Amino acid sequence: MHDSKDFKIPIGPQHPALKEPEGFSVALKGEKILGVDIRLGYNHRGIEKAAEERTYVQDIYLIERVCGICSHSHSTCFVQAVEEIAGLAVPNRALYIRTIIAELERIHSHLLWLGVAGHEIGFDTLLMYSWRDREVVMDILAAITGNRVNYGMNTIGGVRRDIDAQQAEDILKALTILEERTKYYIEVATQETTIIKRLSGVGVLSREDVLRLDAVGPTARASGVKRDVRADDPYAAYAELSFEVITDDHADVYGRTVVRVKELMESYKIIRQALKNLPTGLLTVRAPRKIPVGEAISRYEAPRGEDVHYVKSNGTEKPERVKIRAPTLANVQAVKHMLRDRYLADMPIVVAAIDPCFSCTDRTVALKEEDCARAKVINWQALHAFGIEWYKQQGIDFTELNKKLQDRLKG
Amino acid sequence: MTQEEKIKESLVNKFNYLSVSIKIVRPRRISIEVSLDNFEPVFAYLARDLQFSHLCTITGLDEPEKLSFIYHLAADSGVLINLKIALPKNSPTLKTVTPYFPGAEIYERELVDLFGAKIEGLPSGHRYPLTDDWPVDQFPLRKEWKADKNA
Repeated sequence: MHDSKDFKIPIGPQHPALKEPEGFSVALKGEKILGVDIRLGYNHRGIEKAAEERTYVQDIYLIERVCGICSHSHSTCFVQAVEEIAGLAVPNRALYIRTIIAELERIHSHLLWLGVAGHEIGFDTLLMYSWRDREVVMDILAAITGNRVNYGMNTIGGVRRDIDAQQAEDILKALTILEERTKYYIEVATQETTIIKRLSGVGVLSREDVLRLDAVGPTARASGVKRDVRADDPYAAYAELSFEVITDDHADVYGRTVVRVKELMESYKIIRQALKNLPTGLLTVRAPRKIPVGEAISRYEAPRGEDVHYVKSNGTEKPERVKIRAPTLANVQAVKHMLRDRYLADMPIVVAAIDPCFSCTDRTVALKEEDCARAKVINWQALHAFGIEWYKQQGIDFTELNKKLQDRLKG
Repeated sequence: MTQEEKIKESLVNKFNYLSVSIKIVRPRRISIEVSLDNFEPVFAYLARDLQFSHLCTITGLDEPEKLSFIYHLAADSGVLINLKIALPKNSPTLKTVTPYFPGAEIYERELVDLFGAKIEGLPSGHRYPLTDDWPVDQFPLRKEWKADKNA
């Protein structure tokens, strides 16, 4: 694919600049990227297979752990599919509470992203600010659900915790602070020259490419594609709430930034409406332990884009099949495209701009080595040697350098 | 006539044989089963003529005497079609849909790794999601594959 004279830089799977393991092989000519090869799968944990071996209720907690950031997204998407198969009419109050948690999750995820994006372009003040403000929403989530992530709010047929009047008031107070701060971030994102100059024209993805490569979420919306499951295929309480689907026509990292900060304002709007109109009534309906034969596909607009869960049941208490497609998997193909013919220095922010979550992406085959007859425990030295060998095969060899170092130490 | 009924009507008009296998499951959900021979014309018609312009993903199923694959196609109207094909387990060979959706590459690789599907025309590249040294004859999402036995 590439000329042998061109330079190829391997980045990862273990690399200090990467927050999660993924392997990039970047072909370069000078500073210019000719092409990027992405190897995923290092976070593959076998969740889909494991889900077939557990009951529906156990699966809620397993699937919630597909991702630490959008945990509520995955658990909601899963229970929605199961509820559809079982024909459960989930109480309205539960649907509203799910929506409120979903939007609080989006707020914490987008603020987290804003900080990461700031960090990747050397604007660490933005990281410090946005992560400090993110604590406001984290405290609220912890107060309502008991956890900062992996909220455990969902159950089949409803939610497990209520939001009382005092909590509703606390949420509204927090929203006032967050809204004030978000206005400032919108100002920073749209007026700060360094941000505009650094992000404009970087990681370009045209509208046509979004449609061709099936990108989702803010990545798609920043290229003018008005796709949002909350509006297109409404679930939970979204059909009864009014909000705007934010799009932008910049089609670059700058556009993706603008979309996310503006989406924060919509989230505040949604939560306020949901709290104001929070219906009274039950939190759950009783769900059968055994789910009747059937299948359903559920879609959910996670902070990173469309999340898809397919569930097939066989009449027992365990599902026949659970299929999860997290938004990052849909956006990975677009990243390759965004990087082509760009500069190496743009790579961190371009990759960060889809707000990747490789843990989500690589869910699916449990390897329970500790339980198996041929179990092998690998010791530290052997692991070290295996790592060196593995990287050698990828063309990364430090033998010569190590020798030089040893010689120098001796000398 | 609802939007789902309109879609159903135009599909049945174009492909008579679909009249039995097409079902409106609920608002915004339609399911269709097609044979392997009829798959491509129906898929192309959905993707190009009926504006089902987003391939959400492809689900593999071990049923377990045959392997089935469901293509989840969505339109901007929010309607989602599950287009299902079934293949014999000993030769699960099907054509790539990457000419319609280049983004489908990674979904098809999953089917190759986890179900042992053979996909004709799939561009060369890394496997996904299993490791390079994973045994070639083990497909973890097939029902006979057990984590404890095969790990």
